[in-house]
Amino acid sequence: MSAITELALQAAPAGPARGYWATVGRRVVRDKVSIACAVILLAIFLSALLAPWLGLADPYHGSMIRRLKPIGTTNYPLGTDELGRDMLARLIYGGRLSLLIGILPVILAFMIGTSLGLIAGYVGGKVNTAIMRTIDVFYAFPSVLLAIAISGALGAGITNSIVSLTVVFMPQITRVAESVTTGVRNMDFVEAARASGADAFTIMRVHMLGNVLGPIFVYATGLISVSMILAAGLSFLGLGTKPPEPEWGLMLNTLRTAIYVNPWVAALPGAMIFAVSICFNLLSDGMRSAMDIRN
Amino acid sequence: MSEIIEPIDKLEPIEDIGGVAQPLLRVDGLTKHFPVRGAWFGAAKTVRAVDDVSFSIAKGETVGIVGESGCGKSTTARLLMHLMPRNAGDIIYDGRQVGRELSLRELRRGMQMVFQDSYASLNPRLTIEESIAFGPKVHGMADAASRHLARELLGKVGLRPENFANRYPHEISGGQRQRVNIARALALSPRLVILDEAVSALDKSVEAQVLNLLVDLKREFGLTYLFISHDLNVVRYISDRVLVMYLGEVVELGPVDSVWDQPAHPYTQALLAAMPSSDPDNRTQVPPISGDPPNPIDPPAGCRFHTRCPFAEPLCGGATPKLTELDGLGHQAACYMAIPGSGHSRAPAARDLHSEAPALS
Repeated sequence: MSAITELALQAAPAGPARGYWATVGRRVVRDKVSIACAVILLAIFLSALLAPWLGLADPYHGSMIRRLKPIGTTNYPLGTDELGRDMLARLIYGGRLSLLIGILPVILAFMIGTSLGLIAGYVGGKVNTAIMRTIDVFYAFPSVLLAIAISGALGAGITNSIVSLTVVFMPQITRVAESVTTGVRNMDFVEAARASGADAFTIMRVHMLGNVLGPIFVYATGLISVSMILAAGLSFLGLGTKPPEPEWGLMLNTLRTAIYVNPWVAALPGAMIFAVSICFNLLSDGMRSAMDIRN
Repeated sequence: MSEIIEPIDKLEPIEDIGGVAQPLLRVDGLTKHFPVRGAWFGAAKTVRAVDDVSFSIAKGETVGIVGESGCGKSTTARLLMHLMPRNAGDIIYDGRQVGRELSLRELRRGMQMVFQDSYASLNPRLTIEESIAFGPKVHGMADAASRHLARELLGKVGLRPENFANRYPHEISGGQRQRVNIARALALSPRLVILDEAVSALDKSVEAQVLNLLVDLKREFGLTYLFISHDLNVVRYISDRVLVMYLGEVVELGPVDSVWDQPAHPYTQALLAAMPSSDPDNRTQVPPISGDPPNPIDPPAGCRFHTRCPFAEPLCGGATPKLTELDGLGHQAACYMAIPGSGHSRAPAARDLHSEAPALS
């Protein structure tokens, strides 16, 4: 890369980045739904993070005589599970793994997929064909099957679950990124940027990224809930989290048998997954309209 | 280029090398063919979008390019800007061949372009100031200096910087956006500006304002324009010389008054006759030309216009007529009727170079 370009790179962030994102930030803050979702997510994140210091019961300590207590039992505000363990403690501790497995693969896939899609869409031609046809190979398998196959090949464990889920989501995000990039790439302002002598990297960073990130971001946040469900499925098959580790997906599976005995308690892990994913979806909707500064 | 260059505060324009006598831009045999995928296993076909186009632009003049949609006007502009690869042809900027004596990067500073769609040609995510400052920054200008330059240029194109610098493109009107695009093109201190239908999408009143702005800027910055348009009135108003294109070829070129008053090519005559008159008693009653332009995938042999030409003779379907000087003043046309002794029944007698173009209409 030429020295002049490096210079331009150093000079740029203070300019375009601040101006645009500050505007987006102001618009998000004005949106009440987005703020509510952000607060709920923050509360769930913080409680998961600070679980050991919240004075909760031991999430691993069970008791056969206190199994499946209903919500509201003394000392067990959210009841107990099928092994008599405190549901409140398990839900809060469970957030640690569930959020990790739900979000980390999507973040990784977002970074890899956006880069690949941006390159494929901007460079086009043979590079596009090479990247997109390789991606198509992954599409040949149903995502659940692919996750199971990769996890099975790599062996059980949380790290391997994260790797396999990243591989599952990466092609989907790449495809969205590629199609959005192709649309933006043909706009006159990209031609004008090329006519000003900017190199491909600078054009992608200054002119493409801001215009493609919104739709990809919205799509990716929608994948977080899918990721949590898939992770639960892997755990259920013995490929992800193992009992007695608290994890929402796994808890949903183990409590499944108690659905007729104590439906409210059995539904709690599902409610957590639901709350987190709907908050992410609403937040991403809010982000999308905030990023569309034309309105 | 690994050494770090200090951010500069001012971009010097590309220096004038050849003086006034040397054309600022010389285009020689410019050709662009687009491959078209035919049927399976069918022969590959090509669209001859621009076919052997040659012309030159003198320093300080405004050259207009006219022609109907699909005649290769915009492709020519993009080829000159090196936004797409060409099949053949030399582009020589102030005596220096682009790619050899003149790097592409330098050419970008010497030649800039304003696009037709004022909205699509501005990044919706950048403020106006950032859009204008982008080019100078790419060429090594410091952030603060480039922003200062952007504000200065906003003033030059008639937009108060304090009101417009921090706006986004969607917040301003089409005319204002096109002013921003002009400022953006000027930010690199170019000597040649290509205006590709730059005023065509604007309201008539706004169009007039922007045209006057272009005239003023040309005087202030000593610019040279290549003005592409389908609006013949606008081209006559702003141009010194004009090129008429048909199906990727130049059919007539010359000083705008001479071409307008004595069009030599029947296509030019038809174009001018098709101009709507502002006088209601003087409406065009009979269409001067009928039919659509032939498919550029398979252009007719010989003169490309002969399929629609009212004066076509067997000769016209044979060899392609060459651009021929008519009056010794730079007025050229590629028509057998204008070539003395060509064999066309309406052609002037041989060696009668100074006769007037045949009156046809």
